[in-house]
Amino acid sequence: MRQIAIYGKGGIGKSTTTQNTVAALAEAGYKCMIVGCDPKADATRLILHKKAQATVMDMARERGSVEDLEIDEVLLEGFNGIKCAESGGPEPGVGCAGRGVITAINFLEENGAYTEDLDFVFYDVLGDVVCGGFAMPIREGKAKEIYIVTSGEMMAMYAANNIARGILKYAQSGGVRLGGLICNSRKVDREYELISALAERLGTQMIHFIPRDNQVQRAELRRMTVLEYSPDHPQADEYRALAKKIAENENLVIPTPLTMDELEQLLMEFGILEGEEVEA
Amino acid sequence: MSSVIEKTQKMIDEVLEVYPERTKKFRAKHIKPNDPTGECGSGCMVKSNVKSRPGVMTIRGCAYAGSKGVVWGPVKDVVHVSHGPVGCGQYSWWSRRNYYNGITGIDSFGTMHITSDFQERDIVFGGDKRLEQLCREIKELFPLAKGISIQSECPIGLIGDDIEAVAKKMTKELGIPVVPVRCEGFRGVSQSLGHHIANDSIRDHLLGKGDLEKSTPYDVALIGDYNIGGDAWATRKILEEMGLRVIAHWTGDGTINELSITQKAKLNLIHCYRSMNYICRHMEETYGIPWVEYNFFGPTKIYQSIRKIASYFDDRIKEKAEALIEKYKPMMDRVIEQYRPRLEGKTVMLYVGGLRPRHIVGAYEDLGMEVIATGYEFGHNDDYKRTYPELKEGTVIYDDATPYELEEFTKRLRPDLVGSGIKEKYAYHKMGVPFRQMHSWDYSGPYHGFDGFPVFARDMDMTVNNPTWRLIRRKKPN
Repeated sequence: MRQIAIYGKGGIGKSTTTQNTVAALAEAGYKCMIVGCDPKADATRLILHKKAQATVMDMARERGSVEDLEIDEVLLEGFNGIKCAESGGPEPGVGCAGRGVITAINFLEENGAYTEDLDFVFYDVLGDVVCGGFAMPIREGKAKEIYIVTSGEMMAMYAANNIARGILKYAQSGGVRLGGLICNSRKVDREYELISALAERLGTQMIHFIPRDNQVQRAELRRMTVLEYSPDHPQADEYRALAKKIAENENLVIPTPLTMDELEQLLMEFGILEGEEVEA
Repeated sequence: MSSVIEKTQKMIDEVLEVYPERTKKFRAKHIKPNDPTGECGSGCMVKSNVKSRPGVMTIRGCAYAGSKGVVWGPVKDVVHVSHGPVGCGQYSWWSRRNYYNGITGIDSFGTMHITSDFQERDIVFGGDKRLEQLCREIKELFPLAKGISIQSECPIGLIGDDIEAVAKKMTKELGIPVVPVRCEGFRGVSQSLGHHIANDSIRDHLLGKGDLEKSTPYDVALIGDYNIGGDAWATRKILEEMGLRVIAHWTGDGTINELSITQKAKLNLIHCYRSMNYICRHMEETYGIPWVEYNFFGPTKIYQSIRKIASYFDDRIKEKAEALIEKYKPMMDRVIEQYRPRLEGKTVMLYVGGLRPRHIVGAYEDLGMEVIATGYEFGHNDDYKRTYPELKEGTVIYDDATPYELEEFTKRLRPDLVGSGIKEKYAYHKMGVPFRQMHSWDYSGPYHGFDGFPVFARDMDMTVNNPTWRLIRRKKPN
């Protein structure tokens, strides 16, 4: 069983990318599970075709405690037999979402969600690694493999670099490794080269460049992955390609994060300065 | 440096010898020979109020203990909620023997245990709603409760629950003050910060909110007396006999109304300086109320204190004060006559909290006993400054002492009596050393005032001269 955590800046497309990739892996015959680690609980919507599934923490709140839950109530099966669970958590501004992730993952472990037959478990984790709770998926020998979703936009790269710093901490203590950057294109100038360069500086690879395509949006509106909604569309092949690369990936590294200055320098090299010159 | 000081310093160095280098250096700053004159300078100044060293087994408590256990707990007509998981409230159930008049569960709530009993889901989703519900239930269960205090346990601060908003809403809805207290245990280095936080919460939510119908020039407030074993009652008797009117108890046998009207006092009388100097300073700055420290342990200090307090008032009070001393002196002399021969020359080692390491010294001296070592769990520099002049040159003074240090000093100093807390008590019993639990008077009291001294003298005698100790083999010193 390979356990993989997907991190990245909020809104970068982690959940969409994860679900489409997992759909492709399932199509290729792999047994997969997705564990959503975000109180928004939108990590399994495209697989289950529902707005949001019953989350572990919501059910626990309803019943009184997590001990009152049955695994079948929170672990559902969707498209291509993909198993889905969501940690869930509080409304913004109250409580402790990080603790919710810890509680939910412990519950799934103790109640046998991680069955022998699974080939892949994907953790779709909220934005930045803001506290210990959101590092849970990469602690204690869970996910050993991390992919960061980013784009050529400055803040997305900044977040990616920050996440790499978080990985560095757990790489030394827990053996977690960076598998690569996934570029979810925002059509920024020279984005391919920029993210390739960032990946190289981080000591990793850009494992795949996903072009921007409105088909993703069309599928999402129907609560489906592109693979389910339009399996013959070229965008579906992009996710198939990413899935194949991940399945075959052996390039797992301890990242070498950049300083803020180095990161800005990189941006200047590839984007901003040249863009300004063209305009001038 | 005098030879007496040098001798004590040598003993301290010996005790610290077993520590690793860094710990030794750290602890050395916290244990000094006493220099009542101040001539020895910084060499005899005890460092205090800093974080305890890991591994040395400190005897200190936490901010929650300081707020819930010390300052707020004795306020009798308020329901004190231990807000968070069940343990903090469960293990601080009952009280420090802060006596009160009233019927528990009807109009008084001092010895009850009320907690929001946080579960995992409250941590994840926040405990605001549970707290609201709890406040409503309290109002329904205890309609005579005059207020609610919310004593925050650690997780409340960690998850950032907005207890202030809940308190505000519930104050309005229930029509009684609901006071949020941010005394999360991880704040500060000891219970001391909890005292301060509790003082501030009373200042912000209660003080000045009430009014006193009829004022007199003799209105005083009793501050920092927690009525342990009836201490505050013994104190109040003296003050009333002096012609003063006690309008508020902070907080032993105190009420929420008393806390709300204390700004009307003409003078604040403070016994436990450490836990309540904050509110005295605030009332001085805001309302211009002077405050005076006094000491009601043992006749010598009681007489001095009565005269000191009387000096703030007119001749009528001064005369009454003198008459009072004259009236009680024969009684006090008889107590001394009875017990002094049995206790003369006996030595005492203390390790306690807020005021006792210095305040009880006089009471022992009245009985012919000598305090040869003392120290504070959570004192600050100003406490130590007040302590040095009270003791002989060369007395050991330790701050945040460890069980190892206390044991070693006991072996070397061979005191006839040790006074400390419940955690220390049974270790000393095993060592065969007479011991009094001096936080809550070992199920006895009061020790304050004229009522207290005979009890104090009797207790010390029956402990020191208890024939049981002869039956326990005492190890020879190394």
